Amino acid sequence: MTAFPFNAALLLAALLFSIGLAGVLVRRNLVFMLMSLDIMLNAAGLVFVAAGARWQDASGQVMFLMILALAASETAVGLAIILCLHAHGRPSLDADTGNLLRG
Amino acid sequence: MYVLPLLSGGLTLVGAMMVVTCPVAVHAVLYLVVTLLSLAMVLAMLGAQFAAALEIIIYAGAIMVLFVFVIMMLNLGQPDRDREKEWLRPRAWIGPGLLAVVACGELLYGLPTLSDPDGAVFPIDARDVGLSLFGTYVLMVELASFLLLAGLVTAFHIGRTLRERP
Repeated sequence: MTAFPFNAALLLAALLFSIGLAGVLVRRNLVFMLMSLDIMLNAAGLVFVAAGARWQDASGQVMFLMILALAASETAVGLAIILCLHAHGRPSLDADTGNLLRG
Repeated sequence: MYVLPLLSGGLTLVGAMMVVTCPVAVHAVLYLVVTLLSLAMVLAMLGAQFAAALEIIIYAGAIMVLFVFVIMMLNLGQPDRDREKEWLRPRAWIGPGLLAVVACGELLYGLPTLSDPDGAVFPIDARDVGLSLFGTYVLMVELASFLLLAGLVTAFHIGRTLRERP
């Protein structure tokens, strides 16, 4: 099996992060914004694992585990907030309609 | 020579592009699963089989189930049967299905040859990660457990106020 080159991994992570950032900036649906955030977190984890493989160190995968825990808690809380907004009678999931605290 | 890395990297990028540009949330979840599977293949090719397994189990398993639950609970306006029929047209799932078949075939082809002694991959297996995790970084594990507990309490609190609303 061929190894994945380090430079290619960096390039792939940069492209993934750019796609996720474009998704957060362009899409206004809260569910899509959360998915784009997950793509960005995956790109960051890919850089950690690639660096760990490049320098033969297990710390990269340890940081990947931490990013996994962060993504799990962030997704759970974000989806709970989305459900709460929807249950309070908000008609759409547009993020721009929620910019007032007591709106 | 570079067919497998190019294929998995390209699948990851195509899936991510489709996630960002898809108009329907369920189709975006399908493409996100394809992205995560091919990214797991990339991680396995980097020599991190443990991270690849966790990517499939936790990300493509647990977190995607959360997304599917929430999307099922939202948008309850239309009747369910019409909505499901509209979601499950072949035009909707044939793209993610084909991409997932490619990713799965790649995993099945690539993983048995991963531990070749003459390969260019130097694997860092679960033993090294566990030694480092519970040796050097044991404080970080505690902090991650704090984070998970805080997420649990927050989600429970928001759900409780949701349930007690008349």
